[in-house]
Amino acid sequence: MAEAEEAGGANPVNEPLDLVRLSLNEVVFVKLRGDRELKGRLHAYDSHCNLVLGEVEETVYVVDEEEDNDEDNVRTVKKQSEMLFVRGDSVVLISPQQ
Amino acid sequence: MLFFSFFKTLVNHEVTVELKNDISIRGTLKSVDQYLNIKLDDITVVDELKYPHLSSVKNVFIRGSVVRYVHLPAAAVDTPLLEDATRREASQASAKAKQG
Repeated sequence: MAEAEEAGGANPVNEPLDLVRLSLNEVVFVKLRGDRELKGRLHAYDSHCNLVLGEVEETVYVVDEEEDNDEDNVRTVKKQSEMLFVRGDSVVLISPQQ
Repeated sequence: MLFFSFFKTLVNHEVTVELKNDISIRGTLKSVDQYLNIKLDDITVVDELKYPHLSSVKNVFIRGSVVRYVHLPAAAVDTPLLEDATRREASQASAKAKQG
């Protein structure tokens, strides 16, 4: 444990949210509940995974059920937002983009 | 506490709150509390034809837990300041985690 504590402030990844901290002011990919994804620049987060993202593109996957055949078509709807607060209870994962 | 303070800096700005039931409500942010409950004034429902049942409502209290997104005016957000505040909050949180 002593080693981990020495590493403390300067060290990169001790707990999962440290990975998110390293993505501040970087572009991240966020997967949300309800077949939604976001890509945008991370400006803020907290321990609930509440987020603020800038220059965001939201992708929503919508399933169109077709009546005449059994195929379901998945449609993607894209939306842009200049600054977006995301409530943490919808967040599934946060990933740094390259 | 970070987002509570953040939203307090956005009081009297125009925001669009998107709820988990897909309704989007645009209005002036009047107040916010620690649960991120939100009070909006002079509201309009973004897709009024689809959701006509709020068309006569002027102001609303929104329970924080039903919010999916809040669309913010980028000009009202100081992003470097916000990132510094986030780092400060993160280091406080990890210090607490070590104690506990």
